[in-house]
Amino acid sequence: MSGGKKYTIPVGPLHPAVHEPITIKIDVEGEHIVGVDVFCSQVHRGIEWLGMNRNNPIQSIYLSERVCGICNICHPLCMVQAVEKAAEIMPTERAEYIRVIMAELERIHSHLLWAGVAGHEIGFDTVFHYTWALREAVMDLIEYLTGNRVTKAIMMFGGVRRDIDETGVRKIKEGMQYYLERFHKIEEIFLHDPTIKMRTRDVGILTREDALKLCAVGPTVRASGIPKDVRQDFPYAAYADIGVDAITPDMYNGEVHGDVFDRIIVRLLEVKQSIEIINAALDNMPSGPILAEPNLVKLQMLLKKADGEGVGRVEAPRGEDIHYVRLRKGEEPFFSWKIRAPTYNNLLPWIPMLMGEQIADVPIIAASTDPCMSCLNRVTVVDVNSSKEYVLTKEKLHELSIRKTRRLMRNAH
Amino acid sequence: MMMHEVLKLLFKKPFTNKFPAKYAPKSTYGFIKLVKEGKAQIIPPVPTPPKFRGKLKYDRESCVGCGLCVKVCPAKAIELVTYKEEPKEEGARPKIIRKIRIYIGRCVYCSQCVDICPRNSLSMTDEFLLANEDKLAKELIVE
Repeated sequence: MSGGKKYTIPVGPLHPAVHEPITIKIDVEGEHIVGVDVFCSQVHRGIEWLGMNRNNPIQSIYLSERVCGICNICHPLCMVQAVEKAAEIMPTERAEYIRVIMAELERIHSHLLWAGVAGHEIGFDTVFHYTWALREAVMDLIEYLTGNRVTKAIMMFGGVRRDIDETGVRKIKEGMQYYLERFHKIEEIFLHDPTIKMRTRDVGILTREDALKLCAVGPTVRASGIPKDVRQDFPYAAYADIGVDAITPDMYNGEVHGDVFDRIIVRLLEVKQSIEIINAALDNMPSGPILAEPNLVKLQMLLKKADGEGVGRVEAPRGEDIHYVRLRKGEEPFFSWKIRAPTYNNLLPWIPMLMGEQIADVPIIAASTDPCMSCLNRVTVVDVNSSKEYVLTKEKLHELSIRKTRRLMRNAH
Repeated sequence: MMMHEVLKLLFKKPFTNKFPAKYAPKSTYGFIKLVKEGKAQIIPPVPTPPKFRGKLKYDRESCVGCGLCVKVCPAKAIELVTYKEEPKEEGARPKIIRKIRIYIGRCVYCSQCVDICPRNSLSMTDEFLLANEDKLAKELIVE
């Protein structure tokens, strides 16, 4: 029913479909979305402020771990890399491999978690429970290796804090075998099930041009056919030794649609890729120390003396994560710390994705970029000049107030 | 495919470990009393992994009060406390002793203090049942 009246529907700030605080204002004509606007920054926590004022660098590792509940290897890894560049510390070789293994275990858990959530969003709760039951195996593995399921506390400047011993290697190999055996089952459920295909094929399309223009990152951009992956383009840790190729949906069936279904394909293939990376890392892991500077007091002195800046880039499960750190001589806290989480880039692509779709597709399209709002909310910049009519200025408000008073006075007489 | 999974799960036992009892007891104190009398049994919790980081254990004797743990604690859960010990001899200066106090209610269980301690006075235990109404309760302050 085109040409009808336009309605604006707000979704959020707190809405069961998007799980985390974000507002999407959708203009609809009938069932079709004709306009989208996204409002973020409702959960700003001032993490960078703490890192720049209250904490010394070692304390900040554990703070950066708490930027996100799911990416709690990526953020500390990214921050640690930035500080290592700034202070010119070389991490040991074995530590680099352990970092890769931990990051890939995290990717498996994050992608399986997402797959479950996607199933839940389209009302397919059996899939949700099935994938989350599968995810438990990798969570147990993480718990065995680090002592905790979520906050792993394993990163340190110049290496990692916990080694992987013989039993650990055996357990990881067994775990990877478990996933390889079950991979065809996950593939069957997600890629051959008619329900999932019906709801996600040609829904939420992000074209190659839009993806490039809006700087989308991670599986979102790869699903649009662009092979962009930090692990491939700018390898960090031990990824250069292993060699990673960005996964695009045409590897699976030879065509790129850029829709939600393609994002499912990319994520599932990445789970398989992660398993291969972990196996390769385990086979090639060199022996040696896990910390470049085991004496933490010396390390603290080294960081206090350091002067310089560094940028850390990590391919988080959601896309490229960037931390910028600047250290100044004689000052313990960071002089500057800036985090750019992947969701920041993946938010604007929501607009072309949602255009022309139906209201019922909003949850699955929003979830298809795997948004993480608390990661995204860093520093809020408000541009007053570009504000639209919905922002009431003080003068305008005052004028409205005067008008209302006059109206009331007129009515009184 | 999915139907097959669903039917299989129908006949499977639930995975949940029913700690501490099969059904939530009406009164926790009553349940503990029953356990002490031997009339009820606690179903054990799932064992913790080998590298588990639980409640901190502090060896007061070997601590020299250097304060390194206070500096690295990300949650500021450790406090340096100074005590004055009265001298044994008349006229001598009072001896100053520095020890730490750990507020478990603030602890984030990163085990960084354990790593930095030069005298190995700190260690992590397996204890994890630390929920309490009072964050300054006696069990949550390690001295």
